[in-house]
Amino acid sequence: MSGPVLEIANVTKRFGALTANDGVSFHLNQGEILALLGENGAGKTTLMNIIFGHYKADEGEVRVNGAVLPASQPRAAIAAGVGMVHQHFTLAGNLTVLENIIIGSEPLLRLDSRRGEALAKIRKLSESFGLPVEPSARVGELSVGERQRVEILKALYRDSRILILDEPTAVLARPEAEQLFRTLRGMTAGGLSIIFISHKLHEVMASSDRVVVLRGGRVAAERVTARTSPAELAELMVGRSVVRPKREAHATGKPVLLARGLSVRQAHGTGLDGVDFEVREGEILGIVGVSGNGQAALGRVLSGTAHAAEGSLTFLNEDISRMTPRALIRRGLGRIPEDRHAEGAIGDLAVWENAVLERLEEPAFSKWGFVRRGAARGFAGELIRRFDIRGASPDTRTRQLSGGNMQKLILGRNLANNPRFILANQPTRGLDEGAIAAVHAELLAARAAGAAILLISEDLDEAVALSDRIQAIVRGKLSRPVTADEADARTLGLMMAGMWETSHAV
Amino acid sequence: MQFERRADVSMPALVVAPFAAIAVALVLCAGLIAAAGVNPLAAYAEMLKGALGSRLSITETLTRAVPLILTGLAAAVAFRAQVWNIGAEGQFYIGALVTAALGHSLFAGLPAAAAIPLIMATAMLAGGLLLMVPVALRLRFGVDEVVVTLLMNFIVLLFVGLMVEGPLKDPMAFGWPQSVAVAADLRLPKLVPRSRLHIGFLVAIAAAAIVLVIQARTVFGAETRAAGLAPKAAAFAGVPLARRLLMVALLSGGLAGLAGSVEVLGPTGYVTTTMSPGFGYAGIVVAMLAALHPAGVVAAAIFIATIFVGADAMSRATGVPSFIADVIMSVSLLAMLTALLFTTYRIRR
Repeated sequence: MSGPVLEIANVTKRFGALTANDGVSFHLNQGEILALLGENGAGKTTLMNIIFGHYKADEGEVRVNGAVLPASQPRAAIAAGVGMVHQHFTLAGNLTVLENIIIGSEPLLRLDSRRGEALAKIRKLSESFGLPVEPSARVGELSVGERQRVEILKALYRDSRILILDEPTAVLARPEAEQLFRTLRGMTAGGLSIIFISHKLHEVMASSDRVVVLRGGRVAAERVTARTSPAELAELMVGRSVVRPKREAHATGKPVLLARGLSVRQAHGTGLDGVDFEVREGEILGIVGVSGNGQAALGRVLSGTAHAAEGSLTFLNEDISRMTPRALIRRGLGRIPEDRHAEGAIGDLAVWENAVLERLEEPAFSKWGFVRRGAARGFAGELIRRFDIRGASPDTRTRQLSGGNMQKLILGRNLANNPRFILANQPTRGLDEGAIAAVHAELLAARAAGAAILLISEDLDEAVALSDRIQAIVRGKLSRPVTADEADARTLGLMMAGMWETSHAV
Repeated sequence: MQFERRADVSMPALVVAPFAAIAVALVLCAGLIAAAGVNPLAAYAEMLKGALGSRLSITETLTRAVPLILTGLAAAVAFRAQVWNIGAEGQFYIGALVTAALGHSLFAGLPAAAAIPLIMATAMLAGGLLLMVPVALRLRFGVDEVVVTLLMNFIVLLFVGLMVEGPLKDPMAFGWPQSVAVAADLRLPKLVPRSRLHIGFLVAIAAAAIVLVIQARTVFGAETRAAGLAPKAAAFAGVPLARRLLMVALLSGGLAGLAGSVEVLGPTGYVTTTMSPGFGYAGIVVAMLAALHPAGVVAAAIFIATIFVGADAMSRATGVPSFIADVIMSVSLLAMLTALLFTTYRIRR
């Protein structure tokens, strides 16, 4: 390895009173994969935007191969060979892969487009770096994994030698993520240098050469990956030692929720096809699977936003498979939705309004059709204290909460009146380590108090850590359950591949 | 240049926005007035004098504001729940027609204290039902209510034309296409003697107060606000979306119908197909200038009424066409929409 290809020297960036980056310095060597690890809000994305010229640093500079990069000029960054793959893709769905890749790099005032040359170049890049994608396919029809490959190809097409990926695995299922890291490794062998941003410890440990940990806008530590451990990184990232709570074995009670031959049809995506399951008192049933295999339909029927086509869903001897959300809420079912921004909470409402939105019609919060604002604010204040919702008062606009605190609000309003059953649909997606631990602790506390919990998760570590029993969902069908002790990686892998007849399931 | 969402919309910015928008509109229209060969400051002075310069002109302006307050509330109530009611003009005319029909004969025998509220309630119901149709079409079939409500305005106006030429034609009107008149004792009492200002003004203020209370304090208000901001989240939280939106339609259409009813019971006494100089459409501008706030609607309606009443006086004094009022109103709407954008977003380099 020669000298550093990229140097970040003492970069500081302030937004008003907030200092997003505070004297950040590190470097990237030729041919290495550097992980930039930090919790949400640690300043990772701001830093990448400074390198790529989207933001202008207040102090400090960025050097590429020793030459200072002019500030706030994305074109200069591209010319210097820096390519960026954004977390939220910047592709046009109605154009083809080829068009998306060459767009912006073609001179505006040319009549003949160099499509032929471009096609050859894309084919060559795609082959040599192991990024299979059909150039004539329309981007809107590609899977997220394929779209990400297009984003990477787009950067490579512009002759990037340094690739920056912002949370590249946020939208990928685990096999896709593993494939991505194999590809990245191959690219460094071809002479590229890569920075990827992440808050997931396991992928940082598995796939990087070196780790820079950011915390509160500063570099908290720098480690060679081979000489550190997940526990050390977690502590450096959060600033204190974080231990995910452990599930204690205990006896479960009688069944609370019972599904028999439950089918749900969906206009878009996979429905449910005659599934059976039961969740008992004091038990967490984990549903694992690759995204898009019917989790959405299961979540919707348990939330009341979709109704069953066939079969039954019995909650304490009553069929709830065709009930409205309000009817389910009245019966005391807790529901944590998959997408907290779209369904869980309304950003433009105050915290207290979101706290009572589900229960506005209860006498505790309204009388003669008028909202009892005092009682509602008091309830919100109670949730804030009891569930440690930081940075919130009852009148705070909910949009201003971090993802973790918003999730605690949603969790809190569901747990406050001790529900008999809780649907937890992807309860920790996108949360940082500290918030994950808090959410897990609350779910386990509800379990200890006797609640029956159905956990839908794409995060296998989470499912295994929390669940008493696990079932896999594949193309709208459920496998038979395995107990937590039997759920080793191989068994779960086979189950998620739909091969539960051959796995040693009970 | 990119737009970036602000973390929070500040209350002062929201209060300043309409004033800034109006100032911008007046400055831009000053250019047009100057192009017509008149000193803009002198023209605006004439306008102000014409609208607010005397006891009579003030009462005229407030009389003009009454239907604007009600159609402004109609738009504000609907828009807050993301029901795009562009049909207040049609609902206004239906309310007016029902009022003339009932006030001429059916309820003419009842004492005024009973008949007037009954007539108003029926007119509101008619306006509300008229808006429930397109909202139901949206809920059932996904039909865009903007198109349906807008086009229904023309259908309603033609229907009103049919009625005032036919069954409801006033035989005493020397062949003019106007409806039968409301019985004299059912006309709204005057608020200020020797003026046209009637107690319909108090009805409009009361309507604004009631809407304010409904929106800020009731379960219905909270649920419809949630439904407007985030329908998916509201549905997840158990808000019965379809039922709430139909109730919003009833309220919004009802307010526009009430505007037509009050206009007939107040100043006109009968219906013609030209009785509204676009009250329904102006209500949309009023609601936007008010940032959908009921108290703001009252202020914005009085502002728009000032422009229209003042423009006539200015036109007589300076020769600038009174169409300038429409231009000022339209430009202030555009300026307000821009201002609202900046209260929610900031520009990032």
